[in-house]
Amino acid sequence: MDTLLSSLSNANFQWVLVGSLLLGFASGVIGSFVLLKKQSLISDAMAHAALPGVCIMFLIFEVKSIPILLIGAAITSFLATQAIQFIINKSRIKTDAAIGIIISVFFGFGIVLLTYIQQNSTGSQAGLDTFIFGQAASLVKSDVQLITGGAFLLVLISMLFFKEFKLTLFDPQFAKGIGLPVSFLNGLMLFLVVAIVVIGIQMVGVILIAALLITPPLAARYWTERLGVMAILAGIFGAISGVLGAVISTTIVGLPTGPVIVLSASFIFFISLLFGKKKGLVIRRVRQA
Amino acid sequence: MTYTLWIVITGCLVGLTCGVTGSLLVLRKMSMIADAISHTVLLGIVGAFFVTQSLNGVPMLIGAAIVGLLTAFFVETLHRSGVQSDAAIGVVFTSLFALGVVLIAFIGDQVHLDVQHALMGEIAFVPWNTLQIGGVSLGPVAVWMLGGVLFVNLLLIAIFYKEIKLSTFDPQYALLIGVPVVFIHYLLMIMVSLSTVASFDSVGAILVVAMLIVPGSTAYLLTDKFFTMLWMSGAIGILSALIGYGSAVYFNVSIAGSMASSTGILFILAFLFSPRHGLVFKRLRTT
Amino acid sequence: MHALHVSDLTVSYDKKPVLEDVSFSIPNGSITGIIGPNGAGKSTLIKSILRLIPSITGEVKVYGEPYAQQKKLIGYVPQRSEVDWDFPTNALDVVLMGRYRHIGIFKRAKKAEITWARECLQKVGMLGYAERQISQLSGGQQQRVFLARALAQDAMVYFMDEPFSGVDAATERAIIQLMKNWKQEGKTVIVVHHDLQTVEDYFDHVLLLNKQLVDFGETPKVFTLENLEKTYGGKIAFLQKTPSTEKEHHAHGHLAFESE
Ligand SMILES: Nc1ncnc2c1ncn2[C@@H]1O[C@H](COP(=O)(O)OP(=O)(O)O)[C@@H](O)[C@H]1O
Ligand SMILES: [Mg+2]
Repeated sequence: MDTLLSSLSNANFQWVLVGSLLLGFASGVIGSFVLLKKQSLISDAMAHAALPGVCIMFLIFEVKSIPILLIGAAITSFLATQAIQFIINKSRIKTDAAIGIIISVFFGFGIVLLTYIQQNSTGSQAGLDTFIFGQAASLVKSDVQLITGGAFLLVLISMLFFKEFKLTLFDPQFAKGIGLPVSFLNGLMLFLVVAIVVIGIQMVGVILIAALLITPPLAARYWTERLGVMAILAGIFGAISGVLGAVISTTIVGLPTGPVIVLSASFIFFISLLFGKKKGLVIRRVRQA
Repeated sequence: MTYTLWIVITGCLVGLTCGVTGSLLVLRKMSMIADAISHTVLLGIVGAFFVTQSLNGVPMLIGAAIVGLLTAFFVETLHRSGVQSDAAIGVVFTSLFALGVVLIAFIGDQVHLDVQHALMGEIAFVPWNTLQIGGVSLGPVAVWMLGGVLFVNLLLIAIFYKEIKLSTFDPQYALLIGVPVVFIHYLLMIMVSLSTVASFDSVGAILVVAMLIVPGSTAYLLTDKFFTMLWMSGAIGILSALIGYGSAVYFNVSIAGSMASSTGILFILAFLFSPRHGLVFKRLRTT
Repeated sequence: MHALHVSDLTVSYDKKPVLEDVSFSIPNGSITGIIGPNGAGKSTLIKSILRLIPSITGEVKVYGEPYAQQKKLIGYVPQRSEVDWDFPTNALDVVLMGRYRHIGIFKRAKKAEITWARECLQKVGMLGYAERQISQLSGGQQQRVFLARALAQDAMVYFMDEPFSGVDAATERAIIQLMKNWKQEGKTVIVVHHDLQTVEDYFDHVLLLNKQLVDFGETPKVFTLENLEKTYGGKIAFLQKTPSTEKEHHAHGHLAFESE
């Protein structure tokens, strides 16, 4: 308890709290789009594929500059989505296998690069392995500011284009018909996913960041069927998970942040699954009886 | 020399076991279930530790089989209740995996089991951890476990060969003519869990996923015969392990990561140059 | 004796009813066409009779006995689009699948079974393709392989789901021939069909379906314009009147429905 109080008064930690809150909110909102596009596992592939990007940038520039590393993450993450599409379009391999191939090969290659860096890099071993599971405690102020600012921007974009996204997701043909730039909007949604994955990996890690996109919207679905409400609710669920994860993992030494955030989200999902107003199991039982 | 040999044998056994089993998953469009199970068995291992207070082979296998089945069961239940299947997979495996990682953080001090290990394995330590019976060393435990699981898997595939084939190709027809489709499904889930946990200690989750999905997909591009696909997938797994080990030693990098990357390289080669389904020859044929 | 007796069959997906209170009895040795618009529940009807769908209520009897006891008498040709034809196997192997019940669990196919499977391929004109990988067969050839598999089953009541869709004229004729042979052998055939023009030529009984049973009976009595309008919700259009007036009231030959 003492540690909690003392850390709460710590300025850096306050930043971490705000950052995790906004990050959670943004990923809940963006995750709602992902869920409706049925791309939950593609987002997992994008997350895993961020690792080699981080390592390659480190190898090229030999500095641990977060912005540069994250640009690398964005590039390989984007490449992963394209590679999945390419494999599906150009061969008889089906979607699920294509995603699995990209996840495991990109991540495996990332690990190769990571170990290469650890063996060969001069000076500090770069601490890149925090990218795997995320470590809120290791974030410095500029990192957190990047997360906070980035998440805020992504939420803003999501809100600005909300109507258009909704129509594009629901009925792309119709959206095209009334003159919406559907491919631009799809591109923008892809950008949002890449961006949220990239700014989130430091805190949550590449292995579990996708959970933050998948779980809160899924939980929200048990309470509402309207996309607008669902996105906001997912955002709130994400924000709660983010804050819980940051607080708990900072208080108990040795707990990585990502898994705790994800467990918090899973807990909210579980509650929703049982008691959700729309399709919750308990409600269904009651109605049936 | 024997040290290297044991590592190579372990890698090859992982490639063979996961390759053969995984090719079935690729055909059943369940690759991502494999991905999920390879993550969640971590929870089974931790659970086994909580029960037995040791990291012993057999309880670990049992724990993994249970959690593997649970994963498949949860995914299916969620899917049946109306959640789209990829989101169902996503939510189940991240939850169980996160739980496993958090539990490890609590017991981490007591045992040699950390998250890094779970992801990448410790194949370099495999030769030290030998099976001792009556003071005689019988070779690494990992090799015995992998060999045992390989034997069980091959036996199950041999027994249920035509049932597996039919329920994969046309599950409804299989149901109609009395094939126990659900039983076969969960049997495969057990096979995946066993393969995963036997490989886990030496090569970690990443390589298991790679070995389960990629060699099978590669073989799928190279052949149109069911049986050929099975053994070819195993062979590609072995080849990946060998190439991966060689390059890992050469570049002094993670063995597991390097083996996973090798599966990717072989896949790209088949993707481009497979005589019948490769990109290059398809191009040539159309022009 | 009725080959198939269905009473009060109700099916729903996720609480949404797809079939409501369907009851009918199909006489032995008949060829019945199940007709209805897209999404009418035709495939669902067949699958629920065959217990391939959970959550159904109602009763199905085959030759007077409950379905569960008569499973061996049932043959099934699914819609071709329901399986993945990239699956690595050859035509003979698919036909052999029709014998799995006879071969028994754990056991491998014996010589006799393989000979029998080859004969079935021969009957649908596909013997030359026995070793051919299924991904390399044309749509019509794939359908023939499915037919051969049903033949190999040696059943008494055959269900076929849209066997004519996407096949060539020769295959269509081969399927018709096969149905007629089955009928002659005293077997019963039930076919989901969507081409209204050929209904009267192919089927002696018709079952009109749109969520509910519209009508069932002998083709001349049931296949009327009035019934079709009920089934298709008035979307029937005459493209061209038949010159022969005697058949006019049967809506023969030149019907089309507009929903596609
Ligand atoms: N697995 C399923 N889950 C939910 N709804 C389904 C499923 N299969 C079919 N349906 C719905 O049931 C209805 C009947 O489908 P189907 O029997 O395939 O029609 P038909 O074969 O007559 O075209 C359709 O509205 C379809 O959308
Ligand atoms: Mg149909």
